[in-house]
Amino acid sequence: MRRVFLVPLLLFFVLAAFLAIGLTRDPREVPSPLVGRPAPGFQLPRLAAAGPEAAARFSPSDMKGKVWLLNVWASWCVSCREEHPVLLELARRGVVPLVGLNYKDGSADAQRWLAQHGNPYLLSAVDQDGRVGIDYGVYGVPETYVIDQAGVIRYKQIGPISAEVLQTKVLPLIRELQKS
Amino acid sequence: MTPELGHLALILALLVALVQGVLPIVGAHRGTAAWIALARPAAQTQFVLVAIAFACLTAAFVANDFSVLYVAQHSHSKLPVVYRAAAVWGGHEGSLLLWVLMLSGWTLAVTLLSRQLPQAMVARVVGVLGLVAAGFELLILATSNPFERLLPAAADGRDLNPLLQDPGLVFHPPMLYMGYVGFSVAFAFAIAALLSGRLDATWARWSRPWTTVAWVCLTLGVAAGSMWAYYELGWGGWWFWDPVENASFMPWLMGTALIHSLAVTEKRGIFKNWTVLLAIGAFSLSLLGTFLVRSGVLTSVHAFATDPRRGIFILSFLIAVIGGSLALFAWRAPKVGSGGIFAALSRETLLLVNNVLLVVAAGSVLLGTLYPLLIDALGLGKLSVGPPYFNAVFVPIMVPLLVLVGLGPLARWKQLDARDMARRLRIAFVLALIAGAVLPALADRWSGLVAFGLLLAVWIVASTVFQVRERLKAGFPPLSYWGMHLAHLGLAVTVIGVVMVKNHEVEKDVRMAFGDTVQLGSYTIRLLGVKPVDGPNYMAQRGDVELSKNGQPLTRLLHEKRLYLSSPNPMTEAAIDNGVARDIYVSLGEALDATGSVWSVRVYYKPFVSWIWGGALLMALGGALAAADRRYRLKRRAAAGEAVAAVTTGAAA
Repeated sequence: MRRVFLVPLLLFFVLAAFLAIGLTRDPREVPSPLVGRPAPGFQLPRLAAAGPEAAARFSPSDMKGKVWLLNVWASWCVSCREEHPVLLELARRGVVPLVGLNYKDGSADAQRWLAQHGNPYLLSAVDQDGRVGIDYGVYGVPETYVIDQAGVIRYKQIGPISAEVLQTKVLPLIRELQKS
Repeated sequence: MTPELGHLALILALLVALVQGVLPIVGAHRGTAAWIALARPAAQTQFVLVAIAFACLTAAFVANDFSVLYVAQHSHSKLPVVYRAAAVWGGHEGSLLLWVLMLSGWTLAVTLLSRQLPQAMVARVVGVLGLVAAGFELLILATSNPFERLLPAAADGRDLNPLLQDPGLVFHPPMLYMGYVGFSVAFAFAIAALLSGRLDATWARWSRPWTTVAWVCLTLGVAAGSMWAYYELGWGGWWFWDPVENASFMPWLMGTALIHSLAVTEKRGIFKNWTVLLAIGAFSLSLLGTFLVRSGVLTSVHAFATDPRRGIFILSFLIAVIGGSLALFAWRAPKVGSGGIFAALSRETLLLVNNVLLVVAAGSVLLGTLYPLLIDALGLGKLSVGPPYFNAVFVPIMVPLLVLVGLGPLARWKQLDARDMARRLRIAFVLALIAGAVLPALADRWSGLVAFGLLLAVWIVASTVFQVRERLKAGFPPLSYWGMHLAHLGLAVTVIGVVMVKNHEVEKDVRMAFGDTVQLGSYTIRLLGVKPVDGPNYMAQRGDVELSKNGQPLTRLLHEKRLYLSSPNPMTEAAIDNGVARDIYVSLGEALDATGSVWSVRVYYKPFVSWIWGGALLMALGGALAAADRRYRLKRRAAAGEAVAAVTTGAAA
């Protein structure tokens, strides 16, 4: 009979254990349904002032056979500034080609931004109206996709890539993909 | 200087809270009169210090002191002064400070209105409240200091979240916190009773008015939150089963159970352990709600920027307070006798069923709220639980409860006379059946749910009216009797509002050029024009709509789409023509062409929607009447000290 009175306490401890585990998770982090699927195709102009590059267009199929990163950025995005040094460092080491998707941005603004902060990108595709962003399920800038040789999305980072995420998640995944 | 003064006051408040939390409880245990006597002055000092801290923060807001980080984050020099003052609780740090202010306010009230209680009891109650206050003050000082400086100062603030720039913000959070935090008094009484081993009818009578007043505030707070969502979010919804709404609704359900269970304990001296458990439960759910809102473990429209340290701190505090109380309960409860006996069919049984239903309802809301977290913690994936779950689970639990509301007050203690009750209530029952059959036929289309809902509501109203009429023959009943019935009527009114809106609302999203009309039942809505207007800290497009019924113009409705300087997201200010039996709700969408002469407009017809809040108001009024009952007041006056005597000179005799 006495044990009955312990039941509320025990129930509460179970609840508290779950709450403690819950604290270590981020409820806003939603796995993308695109992971494991082919990257949606597109044809977009490149970000450039003039010259032959301005006329050229970019399509994900150009990258076939390579492991590459697609990074969604914009000059108006504050958190992009936070991840920018990490991207510059990544570009300097040259482990993986980095393609930018300049999202809902003005071309002049975007070029000024790159000139000011440094350009880590192999090239940037211009998604001015954000249609490609819809295909990729972009819900905030920045976002980064790891795409393999066959053009399949292997990982999606929502929000800025920190040095830690780069070391513990992105780089190991890239190395593994490059081996195969 | 002022912010530092506030910071200092808060540090002193923490120290005083520790004294208030430890010495009186130990003193009550050992019988040290001097330590027991510390409880009142400590609690009163505590209130003064917290009030100073709060006033200092408010002063920083009113004076636009953007060298205070919290002010810079939540205010703006162009923000109207009312909102600047209310912006104190527009963010995390200030909300916690408001929480502590409420807590010390309730404690102050306990010290002023408890002259007739034994000193040791007061010492324990005030001590428990002091420990809770100490925990929250430590949380604020360690992880969420609102007085932190920003140097160099910001040129201007980031502005208050535009969603919160609404009269609702001025009223809703303080009312809600009054209720939430008010359950701490019932909790403290329960813990004090467990500590002293004196768990009896007297304890229940002391707890009752406190619990009822807290419940009244919570009822108003929840209703105000629902109204705010309806007016401000621009899509006409009034309840979203959002985690933060649930966090306020669960303590309300538990508190409702507690009010009923306290009545049994006071009148019959039984259900003592159960009542204590409910008192612990209601306050625990308030704390849990605070944790859910403040730690960021769940996503919600009320999402706040979160700091992991806060979550860990609040969780530790939660485990200490709730775990400690439940351990105390497990240790002490077996010694409490179970008291009187009652038959299987008695008012006691009906109230027990009421309690079980309310607790199950609170439990199912809790399960739905935490389910995404549980599944994620078990590694089974990410999901959301929405209205379909809550409606499917919650509504069936409410049905038997509504049936009982009509029966309970008529049932006799110990053993009810089923045949006599059936005889008295048969007319009410027949009326309910007729209402359920006839009233829904008046609407444009018949709905089974409406029929059933109206049947239940009319059942409550009719049985209440019959009972009151009969009771009046035996003389004028006390206020608490009127309070109970008024609250029950309020429930019926809310039920009518809910079923009518759910089943008969009409919603149209239309494309309108100037001069176009849209038909909504017998109402015609004509868009006269859209003009740009400027507010103090926003720019707006103001739509002008003419509402007419059967060709007769009724009114003009001005509704706005605002773009605040501080936020990229446009806000809608809906225009609502309120009526007793219906609201017409108009909100402006997007401009559909470049010249701004064609707009998407959202129009709603919301039958009986104001009854939802009207019912809540009646419930709160009922609670207020019950708490004002003479039998609590007489006892108080008889032994009243100077605080009450000054006002009621002569009444004590």
